Amino acid sequence: MLERRKPVILIFFYFIGIIYILRLFYLQILDPKYQSLGALNSIRREINIPLRGQVYDREGKLIVANEEVYNVYVTPKKVVNFDTTSFCKLFNITKSFFDSSLTAATEYSKNRPSLFLRQLTKEEYASVVDAMIQYPGFTFEQSFFRTYPSKTMANALGYIGEIPQKNFEEQEEDYYRKGDYIGLSGLEKYYENELRGIRGVKFTLMNVKGEEKGQYNDGKYDTLAVIGQNLYTTIDLELQQLADTLFRNKVGSVVAIDPATGEILAMGSYPTYDPSLLSGKQFSKNYAALSRNPDRPLNNRAISAFYRPGSTFKLVQAAIGLEMGVITPRTSFVGAPTMFKYHSGTYEAANLYNAIQLSSNPYFYNVFRKIIGNNSEKSPFAQARVGLETWGEIVSKFGFGKKLGIDLPSETKGVLPDVKRYDKVYGKNQWKFSNIYSLSIGEGEYGVNVLKLGNLCATLANRGYWLTPHIVRSTGVSKDNIKGVKVETHRTDISPRHFEEVVKGMGLVVSNGTGRTAQVEGIEVCGKTGTSQNKRGKDHAIFIAFAPKYKPKIAVAVVVENGGFGGVASAPICGLMIEQYLKGKVSRLAYKEQVSNTRWTTVAGSSFSKSLKPKNTPPKPKN
Amino acid sequence: MAKEINIKQGIDWTTIWIYVALLLVGLMNIYAAVYNVDNAKSIFSLEHNAGRQILFISVSFLLVLIILFVDFKVYDTFAYIFYGIWIVVLIATIFLGSDIKGSKSWIKFGAFSLQPAEFAKTFTVMALAKYLSTMGVNVSKMKFAFQAALFIFVPPIIIILQKETGSALTFAALIIVLYREGLPGVYPALIISSIVLLVLALFFPNWVIVLGLALLGVVFWYLFLKRYERNKQNLQRVIGLFILFSGFVLTVDFIINNVLAQHQQKRIKVLVNPDIDPLGAAWNVTQSKLAIGSGGAFGKGYLKGTQTKFDFVPEQSTDFIFCTVGEEWGFFGSFVLLALYFILLTRLLSLAEKQKSKFARVYGYGVASILFFHVLVNIGMTVGLMPVIGIPLPFVSSGGSSLMSFTILLFVFLKLDAHRSYKV
Repeated sequence: MLERRKPVILIFFYFIGIIYILRLFYLQILDPKYQSLGALNSIRREINIPLRGQVYDREGKLIVANEEVYNVYVTPKKVVNFDTTSFCKLFNITKSFFDSSLTAATEYSKNRPSLFLRQLTKEEYASVVDAMIQYPGFTFEQSFFRTYPSKTMANALGYIGEIPQKNFEEQEEDYYRKGDYIGLSGLEKYYENELRGIRGVKFTLMNVKGEEKGQYNDGKYDTLAVIGQNLYTTIDLELQQLADTLFRNKVGSVVAIDPATGEILAMGSYPTYDPSLLSGKQFSKNYAALSRNPDRPLNNRAISAFYRPGSTFKLVQAAIGLEMGVITPRTSFVGAPTMFKYHSGTYEAANLYNAIQLSSNPYFYNVFRKIIGNNSEKSPFAQARVGLETWGEIVSKFGFGKKLGIDLPSETKGVLPDVKRYDKVYGKNQWKFSNIYSLSIGEGEYGVNVLKLGNLCATLANRGYWLTPHIVRSTGVSKDNIKGVKVETHRTDISPRHFEEVVKGMGLVVSNGTGRTAQVEGIEVCGKTGTSQNKRGKDHAIFIAFAPKYKPKIAVAVVVENGGFGGVASAPICGLMIEQYLKGKVSRLAYKEQVSNTRWTTVAGSSFSKSLKPKNTPPKPKN
Repeated sequence: MAKEINIKQGIDWTTIWIYVALLLVGLMNIYAAVYNVDNAKSIFSLEHNAGRQILFISVSFLLVLIILFVDFKVYDTFAYIFYGIWIVVLIATIFLGSDIKGSKSWIKFGAFSLQPAEFAKTFTVMALAKYLSTMGVNVSKMKFAFQAALFIFVPPIIIILQKETGSALTFAALIIVLYREGLPGVYPALIISSIVLLVLALFFPNWVIVLGLALLGVVFWYLFLKRYERNKQNLQRVIGLFILFSGFVLTVDFIINNVLAQHQQKRIKVLVNPDIDPLGAAWNVTQSKLAIGSGGAFGKGYLKGTQTKFDFVPEQSTDFIFCTVGEEWGFFGSFVLLALYFILLTRLLSLAEKQKSKFARVYGYGVASILFFHVLVNIGMTVGLMPVIGIPLPFVSSGGSSLMSFTILLFVFLKLDAHRSYKV
């Protein structure tokens, strides 16, 4: 009975067969498209990769440039026997290299071009291109690698490399091919779409003899290559390079911002590395060495480190306290109970100005206590809870505990201790002020990166608001054809006059307080020291400063790891950078030398950086 | 007592001639595909696929001899054991396999490599045949159908883990075997209509399809049902089917457009309609159609189509071998090759029906189904009627594993058939 199914199956088979025959008939006999193509039988696809966008500083000086190179490809099937000796001589390669490369290419595919020789310079290319007519099967593809005329800012710039498998599979647009280069970190990654331009492709019809017979479909599918857009940054190259010098023997980071615009004037993370190490043939080797360095030069500490803000946070407490009305500038806390000791005598707690000037812990213990107690709760537990929550709302407006929105990937949110955290640690409603008092002086469960400190400084400079910090001011193909980057204003909702009081204290810090080493002749600098507790060694030294006091032009934050007192290790750096930016140059050369040479303990020590000098210093590009 | 059969008389020579013809067609076209006018090498050179194919053909002949002289009862007896061992081999390949072109499905032996997935088809057909010929197994009952399905589905799942989805798909063809052995026709019918609907859904907007389905329902109602059959119950059935199919189409459409990521959507759409992106994702197919189409009625002549073509497809001597046939031998050659396959398939089915042993019959149908599926997808792909799924054209595509496994697949059946007057 089931045998009757055989014809059904057979008919099904033949049904398919007939469809295929008809299709073949259509393709081979009926469709005029293929007939008129007649002797044509393939389409050649030519890819044209445009030059990647370059990066400029705020004055138009080149930070990242491209160096044109040529890659040689070989298609084994097309290679005929020739005089390998003269070929090797032409390219300055050994015969064994030639043999092994050709074998590798043949193993991969006879018909597809394989990379044969990488990165011939323009001069080398020029010297061989005429001779190539004798050697069929070899083709050139223009490529480039990144060069860095000023050898700085490696961490923020980032580097490019071959697209990783994961990104390749998950790409939305289907643009990248295997082996294409893509920005992997920093600005190169964030602005990848702008920098890479658009790859051009041209489809040419070829006939049996390999002759061109016109554009496929009249060029309807061709795409014109679009050159990559340049990045016009806000960086001041001289300031950036000064930061490199000053941080020579230190571990830490510096961020300098123009408070009125949010533009980043300098961003450095140390130890750093010569960016050309990660550009070109030596990438893997150098990358491996860098990632083994225990001081982690590949990290960008400016946006991803975690420090406790230390005493710099007292300024925030002051502003909040004033706004809430729980203190006035004249409030004294002399004799008030405190968990902290005076370090300069009781007069440091006599009023707000003194307290800032001398960084008084007892004073701010009490300010914070008042802030937390500024509600109508009766039980100390409920009071701490409500108080912390209210406090947290205001603090987050300064940008703490969230991303600021800088145009770099991997910016960390940071940690702002909140009610949830303490509930978890102590149990719900099981904690009160005595559990959280170290927050008063910026110690405890905070986590901030140096950008946040710089942003805090900018907020103070502006007397109460900050603009989205950004490194790129505009992108575009030339100076006349640019697109701006969106920047938002963020308000702390604290009245400017309160900030004015805080700033007054900051001025005293530099003129006559813990930050005297930040003084710059003829300029009124305002700052604040911070000494951030570090469980694993000496405290980190922090200093934030802006200048001039009125109509400030620059806000700087410096963190020197294991530097001890902020006033000793970090304030001089701030001062010198302010001098450079506002005066155009540093006149205190001996002082600069001294600050640069000062070394603070690091894990690896500076001998490491000597072994990483690049083997071939890339030639200076034409500007 | 076993009667000695003269193997030369019992074996089906028609099939063997077709086999040899296909091998020759394959060899000639592989040579043509790798032929380089500037740098012509002898066909025997082991440097390219043609020479290697001669080697594989020789090994296959050896395998044929072995199969013909081994007792035919071996296959029935050890079917499950072969199947089981091979499952272990497949799993091992996931971990021991070399990564070639993105899939981990090859095991290297020095200069040569073997692909266990290819051989899995043969052993699965054997095991399925043994199961279906077991006393009491009746595939028209769901319980047995499920167990049969298990045999069919386990190897492809492992093969998918090797990242060789093309090979895994071929196992689906075995549903033809189940159908012949009693699986209710509604299942294959449902699957085929779902696939057809899926494809249509990607080509046409939803309302067109729903309208089409409605029209189909009405036509069916008036033309195919006799007057007394147009009762309430059947009306419910027809409307039920209409809702089911429409729902299916709408759901699929929704999933594709709203759940999948953009690039995944594009890949599926291009699979079905290469003309959306002829120069991007469907580049291979565009070139393939161009090559085949340019063959005209009689082709460009042997070795004449070689100079600049096929720089685009690395699999020109394997998955896209049909392009060479189409380009150099034209419609005439393509027709002959297709005819060879369909004569083979017809012959296989006839021989299968003649078997007294259920094992042999099921096995025969298995062979035909697997071969059919490969022809369906491979040639369909080269002419732009099937998505680009990389599976070889039986006996013609170059490649040791595929040639040897298809040879074994086929000749085990020929051996069984030679003893067909026997009841096992």
